Amino acid sequence: MSKHLLAATAIAALSATTAFADGHCADGKTLTDGALTIATGNPAYFPWVLDNAPESGEGFEAAVAYAVAAEMGFAAENVTWVRSSFDQAIQPGPKDFDLNLQQFSITEDREKMVDFSAPYYAAPMAILAAGSVADTDTSIAALQGLVWGAMGGTTAVPVLMETIAPSSQPLLYGDNADVTAAMQAGQIDAALFDLPTALYLSAVVVEGSKVIGQFPADRTENPDRFGMLMEEGNPLKACVDAAIDSLTETGKLAEIEAQWLQQTTGVPLIK
Amino acid sequence: MPKLALHGVEKRFGENVVCDGIDLTIEEGQMVCLIGASGAGKSTLLRCINLLEPIEDGEILLDGKDISLPGLDPQPVRRRIGMVFQSFNLFPHMTAVENVMLAPRRLYRKSRSALLPEVTELFERFGLKERMGHYPDQLSGGQQQRVAIVRALAMKPEVMLFDEITSALDPQLVGEVLDVLRLLKDSGMTMVLATHEMAFAREAADKVCFLKDGKVIEEGAPEALFDAPQHPDTQAFLARALK
Amino acid sequence: MTHDKAAGKTRRQIHEDRLRRRALRVAASSTAAVFLAIFLLVPMAPGWDRVKASFFNWEVFVKTFPKLLDAFKLDIAIFLWCAPAITVLGLLIALARDTRNPALFPLRILGAAYTDIFRGVPVVLTVYLIGFGVPGLGLPRPWNSPYIWGSLALILTYAAYVAEIFRSGIESVHKSQRAAAASLGLSDGDSMRFVILPQAIRRVIPAQMNMLIALQKDVALLSFIGPVEIFRQAGVFKSLMANFTPYVGAAVIFLAVTIPATRYADYLIAKQNRERS
Repeated sequence: MSKHLLAATAIAALSATTAFADGHCADGKTLTDGALTIATGNPAYFPWVLDNAPESGEGFEAAVAYAVAAEMGFAAENVTWVRSSFDQAIQPGPKDFDLNLQQFSITEDREKMVDFSAPYYAAPMAILAAGSVADTDTSIAALQGLVWGAMGGTTAVPVLMETIAPSSQPLLYGDNADVTAAMQAGQIDAALFDLPTALYLSAVVVEGSKVIGQFPADRTENPDRFGMLMEEGNPLKACVDAAIDSLTETGKLAEIEAQWLQQTTGVPLIK
Repeated sequence: MPKLALHGVEKRFGENVVCDGIDLTIEEGQMVCLIGASGAGKSTLLRCINLLEPIEDGEILLDGKDISLPGLDPQPVRRRIGMVFQSFNLFPHMTAVENVMLAPRRLYRKSRSALLPEVTELFERFGLKERMGHYPDQLSGGQQQRVAIVRALAMKPEVMLFDEITSALDPQLVGEVLDVLRLLKDSGMTMVLATHEMAFAREAADKVCFLKDGKVIEEGAPEALFDAPQHPDTQAFLARALK
Repeated sequence: MTHDKAAGKTRRQIHEDRLRRRALRVAASSTAAVFLAIFLLVPMAPGWDRVKASFFNWEVFVKTFPKLLDAFKLDIAIFLWCAPAITVLGLLIALARDTRNPALFPLRILGAAYTDIFRGVPVVLTVYLIGFGVPGLGLPRPWNSPYIWGSLALILTYAAYVAEIFRSGIESVHKSQRAAAASLGLSDGDSMRFVILPQAIRRVIPAQMNMLIALQKDVALLSFIGPVEIFRQAGVFKSLMANFTPYVGAAVIFLAVTIPATRYADYLIAKQNRERS
């Protein structure tokens, strides 16, 4: 644990050199002066957060959070974590977090209600297939014949309906654990996830399953880009965007991605 | 051989002895009236005869056969012994004629149409033909009780038991029910009545039994019992009842 | 005191009319005051605009309502095949618990255990356990369908409640009815079927109506194991639009069904109470 903390502090120390002096951008715009409150899911899943412990800075989103915080001038010890559900994130009224990151996809409709930061990751959608159909060929026609599942609250649903248009009504679930339970019960053949999640589920959770293909980001109308969610009109947005842009330009974001997200190049594209 | 004979019938509810060694014989075609204060054990005795209550000890003989043997199937016996209750106990969700037909339909496997002529005749005999299609709550108490009697008669019982069947009726309705009992007696039915109608018992009964605390204190022909009671308890009861 | 008799009303009627008119006036003005307060004060709350945009967004409502209505058909279908099964199973359990035959004693124990367990576990847990658990044993399609096992979970749970209601109905029929049936020589089975049950069922119809209304709402729990009925469909819209209005739309649809049903149940109860008194 102390090693993790050390790593996070190291990142923070490194970035501190580039941070503003007193009176920087985020001053007075956070819930608590001098601290940044960040929300994530409960539980937070691999590979986004390791062991459901974002404080360790381990896992892609945990690492991104600390990097962005550092970029904005917050030392690691000044980052406070809270947990929130999707519904808590979008409910009207004051929020109990400055930033919320749990693989929220940026969509036009959502942006009417809440603010998103610049994207910190672009996730291709990928197909996780149960063992029994793992060697289905990945033509759209063959895919249409499968029984599909997805997590109801995600952008996987419109992608599934528009890109694959399955011949039978897909089954939708409340969270990833339920989707995989249904796959293990043989109730669905295949499900759509963002690629890192799909790889994790295939490797660790659903025995015999396989990621049989991914969609190139340009195949969908809304390529899945993850953004940090903020209260509508949050003045912090400009600072967060600047921090993410800077991390992108310096290649830091790509480094974090390379460290925490598996190599995704081995998964064939669906044409 | 008497139609019905009770020997040493004993019935307890917990510690409470309700029938305490009752002996009684009823000959074919006889009408026997049980009299006594409430709680003397009259109703319980009738329920025991109909096997609605199992008895602790003693025996009940119908045509000389013990029907009270523990473990005996009570249903065939109940078909032979009809019973009418103080509170009528008609089935409220059925019309009068359905009430009457239910048991014969189920037990004798007869269709409604096969039963209709004899049932109609019964209704007619007791002046209820117009009421066949009525539900119990559309009938007066007297009519309901007469339908209950018809219902029991439809099973063609050999013995009829009547448990204070006029006690729940308005006084002006008692007469029509008692008329039915007279009619039945004339037809030769063997009957046992628990009753508070002393005048009727005296006029119509072949035998009257006075019960107290679960025992038969005194029994005899009505004239003898009513006019010259021997036992002081009987005298005290009659003094109050006939006042 | 005869000056008001012109309308042909008695003194008492005139007095009561006056009282009624006054009660009506008071009720009307207090209702108006409450609604005025709600409509004027709530929008004055600082967060009203945000609440309105995220719960009562007309644009979102219009966009999602037809699809919600479509998804509601699935709720109705599930309801329609569950309700008869619940009635039959509930009745059988009630009868099993009423049985006096010592040979059937295990059935009585099972019946009691069954009602205790299924009334004690939250419905959603039962839906999960049966909906995912039984198919997980390795049943082939289509026998592992979440529709089948999810419905079974609802049926088992609701049958437990319905059985208790039937049982209370059976026990409410006076024992003199059983005695009358027995005295005619009817068997226990015939006595139950022709004498006790018809009366018992009639008495518990209003209570069972309330169970049906609850069932209509709990059908939505099947969405946890996959079927996209109205609640899940609303959830999908909510997520995609980050807006709770679709839930309000779903609530409107539920209310359109449950309010008339509730009123009808209340009417039946009132009618029954009148008949008893």
